[in-house]
Amino acid sequence: MALLDVSQLSIHFGGVKAVQNVSFSIDAGIVYSVIGPNGAGKTTLFNLITGVYTPTSGEIRLDDESIGGKSPNQLATRGVARTFQNLQICMNMSARENVMVGAHLRLDRNLIKAALRFPGLKRRDAEMCEEAAELMRFVGLEKYIEARADSMPYGALKRLEIARALAMKPRLLFLDEPAAGLNPRETIEVDHLVRKVADAGITVVLVEHDMKMVMNLSDRILVLDYGKKLAEGTGEEVRKNPDVIAAYLGAHA
Amino acid sequence: MKKNVFFGLYLIIGLLLVLPFVLPNSFYLDLVIRMAINAVIVLGLNLLIGFAGQISLGHAGFLGIGAYASAVLPTHFGWHPLLAMGAGAAVTGLLAALVARPIFKLKGHYLAMATLGLGIIINIALRNEAQWTGGPDGMPVPAMGLFGFELSSDKHWYWAVALLLSVSVWASLNLIDSPFGRALRALHGSEVAAQVVGVDVVRYKVAIFVLSAVFASLMGSVTAHYGGFVTPNLADFFHSIELVTMVVIGGMASVYGSVIGAVLLTAMPQALATFEGWETVAFGSILMLSMIFMPKGLVPTLAAKFGKGE
Repeated sequence: MALLDVSQLSIHFGGVKAVQNVSFSIDAGIVYSVIGPNGAGKTTLFNLITGVYTPTSGEIRLDDESIGGKSPNQLATRGVARTFQNLQICMNMSARENVMVGAHLRLDRNLIKAALRFPGLKRRDAEMCEEAAELMRFVGLEKYIEARADSMPYGALKRLEIARALAMKPRLLFLDEPAAGLNPRETIEVDHLVRKVADAGITVVLVEHDMKMVMNLSDRILVLDYGKKLAEGTGEEVRKNPDVIAAYLGAHA
Repeated sequence: MKKNVFFGLYLIIGLLLVLPFVLPNSFYLDLVIRMAINAVIVLGLNLLIGFAGQISLGHAGFLGIGAYASAVLPTHFGWHPLLAMGAGAAVTGLLAALVARPIFKLKGHYLAMATLGLGIIINIALRNEAQWTGGPDGMPVPAMGLFGFELSSDKHWYWAVALLLSVSVWASLNLIDSPFGRALRALHGSEVAAQVVGVDVVRYKVAIFVLSAVFASLMGSVTAHYGGFVTPNLADFFHSIELVTMVVIGGMASVYGSVIGAVLLTAMPQALATFEGWETVAFGSILMLSMIFMPKGLVPTLAAKFGKGE
């Protein structure tokens, strides 16, 4: 059975139908990409599934539990993590603390115990501090373990978001254009990183414009255009689909 | 990662231990006590404003509830002062939670307006319920006693307040460097990022608002017992602003900044007394200049300058 099952999903903003009747399902353990021209509704689809928006209609099921309309923090408890196309880094914190925030649900959030420095909480926190450093090495940020977030370059912040998401130990990870704005060398690094994440057993859902990266990584691809599902299938199937070619090249076959 | 963050705490404790033996007279002792009381209030307020990025322009109102609980309940109903203090804090916490739920769905200006309104309403209530509160003239507060020991002399108060301040600084430092504290700072840095990692943003905002309000209420009680007399001025809008100014001048999101801000702004009216009629002008100018040249506040600016983070 699929890990994520989306059926007839729609959202309207006033008269704009940003996503219309989109259905697909994602099996556990694969890399699933969502592509489409600008404004096709990719990020909106992400925002719907990760609880930032509430669907107008349709259903989203995670492990057969309906999750449509649940808030992002409720989804986090179910192992759904994400990164953002426009960076959402806490610039008021250090890089490592940003990663540690990702482990919020795995730590003791008690206020009193924290204020009184209970040894158990402190010990767990120190372990997490080590784990955060480990995660930063995993995503290739070993240079920035002691850095402040606001002193890091753009490409590093992109990977910091991935490290933060991984700190949740998610089952399902949504990456919204992880290579956007990166140079070709950085893009290849992110490509490798996504592969490593997938190999670690995390189901990855990817929105990305870099076709080489998408074709290289994806087990399956969903193509959106004007908020509608245009095609779905393996890279080879999608590449040969005449509708997809038309949408990308602007021709009408 | 950590330079020793507790160094400042040791310094504060050291200073507090030495001060009573070097201060020339009780005038200065009184000043230090008031500084320390303000510092504890500002620590709580800075958790809300500096760390969590929320605002309260009505904090003096919470101070007022605590102060008047300590004045009214023992005087009119014969409650034990400690019980009165607890009751004041409980009522404040309840009120803060009740108000916070709806307003924390709002952001920015709305929050400022809502807390401003709340503070003003509390102040008006204190002024108008004259049969209980003595109205604008205020009322005397019975002495605080514990197990037959009465907190009466300045020396007693000094040690009590010094202990309170040291514990508060320690607890604040612990809190900000914990999962709870990181969640607070994260929702300040990026609310949506905090949400997607599982932080229930509204709950955390309410929690820190209630915590800082309860802090204020408790310290309101302390202020009342220490002064022996309360007036509604304690709870007025200008006092709220003064508290926010202490946070901003000392440094947002800085534990030690809170202490420095409180110390400076408590001392400043005394230091400026020589300007006579012009002291408010001098006060205002200093605030403006420090905001122009140190917009992040004193402690963060100096820390950045000398290259050590807090």
